[in-house]
Amino acid sequence: MLWPIDLAILTLVVIVAIGALMVKDLLGAAILFGAYSFMMCLLWTIMGAVDVAFTEAAVGAGASTVFFVGAVFRTSRRTKD
Amino acid sequence: MADIVSTVVANYNYWIYITLMMIGLYAIIAKNNLVKKIVGMNIFQTAIILFYVSIGAKKGATIPILEHGHNGHGYNVVHAIDYVNPLPHVLMLTAIVVGVATLGVALALAIRVYNRYNTLEEDEILAQIREE
Amino acid sequence: MKITGLIIVILVGGLLIYAAADFPAWSDPASPASTYLSPHFIEKTIEETSVPNIVTAVLADYRGFDTMFETTVIFSAGVAVFVLLRTFRRKEPEIRHYRHVLTGVTIRVKKGGKIPPSDDFERIDGLWTPPDLIIKTVCRFLIPFIQLFALYVIAHGHHSPGGGFQGGVILGASIILLAISQDLRTALKRIAEKLDAVLCAVGVLIYAGTGALCLLLGLNFLDYGALASVLHVDPITARSHGILIVEIGVGIAVMATIIWIYNNLSSGGKYNQGL
Repeated sequence: MLWPIDLAILTLVVIVAIGALMVKDLLGAAILFGAYSFMMCLLWTIMGAVDVAFTEAAVGAGASTVFFVGAVFRTSRRTKD
Repeated sequence: MADIVSTVVANYNYWIYITLMMIGLYAIIAKNNLVKKIVGMNIFQTAIILFYVSIGAKKGATIPILEHGHNGHGYNVVHAIDYVNPLPHVLMLTAIVVGVATLGVALALAIRVYNRYNTLEEDEILAQIREE
Repeated sequence: MKITGLIIVILVGGLLIYAAADFPAWSDPASPASTYLSPHFIEKTIEETSVPNIVTAVLADYRGFDTMFETTVIFSAGVAVFVLLRTFRRKEPEIRHYRHVLTGVTIRVKKGGKIPPSDDFERIDGLWTPPDLIIKTVCRFLIPFIQLFALYVIAHGHHSPGGGFQGGVILGASIILLAISQDLRTALKRIAEKLDAVLCAVGVLIYAGTGALCLLLGLNFLDYGALASVLHVDPITARSHGILIVEIGVGIAVMATIIWIYNNLSSGGKYNQGL
C-alpha cells in the first residue's frame, strides 16, 4: 500500500463529496456523485478488496448515475439550495 | 503532547471516514432539495462500507484469491496471514447491492412527489400541504 | 433546520472520534476482526469447496442464506418501483406525431385521423430529435462485447474477482446502453416488460429452488453436498457446481431488476419515451 496515493485519493473524495452537495444544478450533482463512486472504487482496490471495488464500479459509477440522471430528467433540474 | 500526536498519526484514516459519514448525515438532515437528500444518503452508505472494508486490511497481504488453485488433490498449506480478511468484503457486497435497490425506490418516490406537488424543495412542499 | 443539523452532526462526530481512539491500529494482522472466523475461511476454503476465490465461496456457500435474502430484497425493490410508478392509463393524446424513417420528416396527425400501417413510419412522442448516427452505430457494435464480458464475469467468478452480482449488473447496463443510444421502444422490443418481470422472479426461484432441492435430497437447506448424487461427482466438486448454479440465478435476477427499474424511472411509468 502506497501511503501518498491513499491520502491523496481520500482528500479528493472528501472534496468531491462536498462539491456534489453544493452545486445548484442537479445534473451536475448526479455526475459528481458518479465521480465520487469511482474514487471509492479506487480506494478499495488499494486496500485489496477487489470484489467490492468491481461491484462498486459496475453499480455506483454505472447503474446509480444513470438512475439519477433519469430521475433528474423527469423532475426539475434547477435547485435553489 | 507526544501522546496526542501519535494518536492522531495512527488513527487519521478513521477520522477521515467519520468526516465523510458526517457530511452525508448533515446532507440528509439539513438540505432542502429531495435529490440532494438522496445523494447524502448514498454518501453515508458508501462511507460506512469504506470503514468496514478498511477493518479487513492487512499489512503486506495479498488479495483474497488463493494463488495456487488446486493442483489435483494435493493442497498447499495456506497461511491466513498472507491474505486480506475476506469477511468484511462479503458483508459489504450485500450492502452495496441493497444500496442501489434503495436508491431506485427513493428516486421513484421523488418522481411521485414531483408529479403531485410540482416542486422538489421541502419547504415549498410543506407550505402546500399546510394550505390544503 | 441547518443549526439543528450542525449540532447533531458535531455531537455524533465527536462521539465517534472519541471512540476511534480505541480502535486497533490500521492494517494490523492481529486485529480482532481477523482472528476468530476468517482464518478458518482462508485456510479451509480450497479443501472444502475447491473454489480459489474466497469471497465467492463465503458469499454463496458459507453465508448462502444471506445472499438468498439479498436477492429477494432486489426483487422487492423492482416490484416496489413498478407499483409506485407504472400507470396504465390508455388516454389517446390529441395530436400524435409520426416520423418518416427514411427522410426524417415529422407528421402530426389529429385525433380522428389514421395513417396506413407500414414500416416507414415510426411513432414518437413530442418533438424529439433522433440520436446521432455515430453514437447509434458505435453502441450497436459495443453491446454484444459487453454482454460477452458479463457472461465471462459470471462464469469465471470462481477464479477471478467477479461473480453473479457484477455480471448481472453489467448485463443490465448493456440493455440500458441500448435504450439510451437508440430509443426506449427499441429496448422494449428486445426485452418486453412481461419477460423482464418473469425473469426477475425466475432468478430468485433458481436460488431458492437449489436450496429446496438439497433439502429434498436429504441434507440441510442450501447444503450443496447433497447435489453429489444428482450431478454424479464427489461432494467437494458438487459444492463448487452448486455455487455456480446459484450465481447464475443471482445474475439473472439482478439483470432483470436493473432493466426494470431503469425503464420505470426514465419514462416516469408511462413507457413511451425514455431519456
